[in-house]
Amino acid sequence: MVSAPFDYVAVGSYDEAVHQLARFGDDAKIIAGGQSLLPMLNLRLAKPAVLIDINGADQREPSVEGDLLRLPALTRHRTLLEHRLVRRHCPLVADAVRYVGNVRVRNRGTIGGSLAHADPAAEIGSCALVLGAQALTRGGGGQRVVPVRDLFVTYLTTALDQSEVITDVLIPVIRPRQGWSFQEMVRRTSDFAIVAVAARVDLDEQADFVASAEVALAGVTDRVVLAAPELLAGLAGTAACEETVAGVAAAIAESVDPSSDVQASGDYRRRLVRVLSTRALREAFGRATGAAA
Amino acid sequence: MTMRNLLLAVNGRDHHVWAAPSASLLDVLHDELGLADVRYGCGEGVCGTCTVLLDGDPVSACLMLAVQAVGHQVVTLQGLMRPGGAMHPIQECFLRLGASQCGFCTPGMVLTALDLVRRCGRPTRDEIRYALVGNLCRCTGYTKILDAVEEYAAVAEPPGGESAAP
Repeated sequence: MVSAPFDYVAVGSYDEAVHQLARFGDDAKIIAGGQSLLPMLNLRLAKPAVLIDINGADQREPSVEGDLLRLPALTRHRTLLEHRLVRRHCPLVADAVRYVGNVRVRNRGTIGGSLAHADPAAEIGSCALVLGAQALTRGGGGQRVVPVRDLFVTYLTTALDQSEVITDVLIPVIRPRQGWSFQEMVRRTSDFAIVAVAARVDLDEQADFVASAEVALAGVTDRVVLAAPELLAGLAGTAACEETVAGVAAAIAESVDPSSDVQASGDYRRRLVRVLSTRALREAFGRATGAAA
Repeated sequence: MTMRNLLLAVNGRDHHVWAAPSASLLDVLHDELGLADVRYGCGEGVCGTCTVLLDGDPVSACLMLAVQAVGHQVVTLQGLMRPGGAMHPIQECFLRLGASQCGFCTPGMVLTALDLVRRCGRPTRDEIRYALVGNLCRCTGYTKILDAVEEYAAVAEPPGGESAAP
């Protein structure tokens, strides 16, 4: 298992990356951490003619600007796991990254690369969805902001143009009276998620009842997805008691139609959606009330 | 594709090598530089037998291009050797506790464990399991590897200490 030969261009800026993407067209792929791309090349699932290496394009660190955490696209998973600002302002992301790959994957893999790869079982993508994250991109038409909920199209496919590259990921920082949870089922730690669930719960101003809630699912369809808002509407105004959460989780599970594969049957995955959504919503609600206390 | 002349810093020495732009760091270390301690296992970053330290951090040499290592410090198991060819203390722990049988996974295990102890000092058994989950061993059943890493962590100096550095 050795990749087909390809050429290699290292760029010193995102503008240069966009230029090179335009120059090589569909023959080119961006390489950041390479922890998903290079296995695909080694397995010959992809045969690009040239790799454009953006590792030298940006040296910035995570920063907080107002109520947004700005994560440069080249932020490595290990940084997400350990960085003070990420742990404090986006604890959901820092927690979920524990489930991403192994130590070597986390030392190289990047947040921008994870989003651009658009794996349907991605932990980071599901967190970005429930937190309402945005991707900042650079392309032939200049900069634009792409809400992550508009980013994923289908398996390994995003809404980005051919010559467009993610430069930053902007995530709203955790608010008072907000709780979160990440739940994942795998046979072995470091495997791809069979099913993963990310949840966010915001309480009302008295911190008694749910004001809004969001659930994202990984491993159930061709991309990471948000549960439909109407499925979670039943939580609003309640204290997320066991019965209410069970009803909501069952409705979310009914709304998905996962396929069967060598890892798990569709029925098992649907059951996981119900069980993990229940745990995630209960834990997120508990954290929200804890944070408000 | 045009071959390129790369300057790689490996185990404290500079090497000029000719490599294709698509050559993996693993292929260049193993085939060009003759470092038999960096091993092909899966080619997907899953098994850990090609683990090297890149600027001190464990990475899969099969999931990096050789050209990407230019300007960085690469350390393989052989780079841990002490002056005069003496073993690193963690290798002595592996040997003493029978943590190595066929030995194919051992370089990756040792480098990953060394990084863990350097960062955590005295990791718990669960932390050791978590850190080594990406290093597969088909012989030992892992128990003796965990024992060896625990024993090394007990004798190594605290994080930042000299003896824990590669």
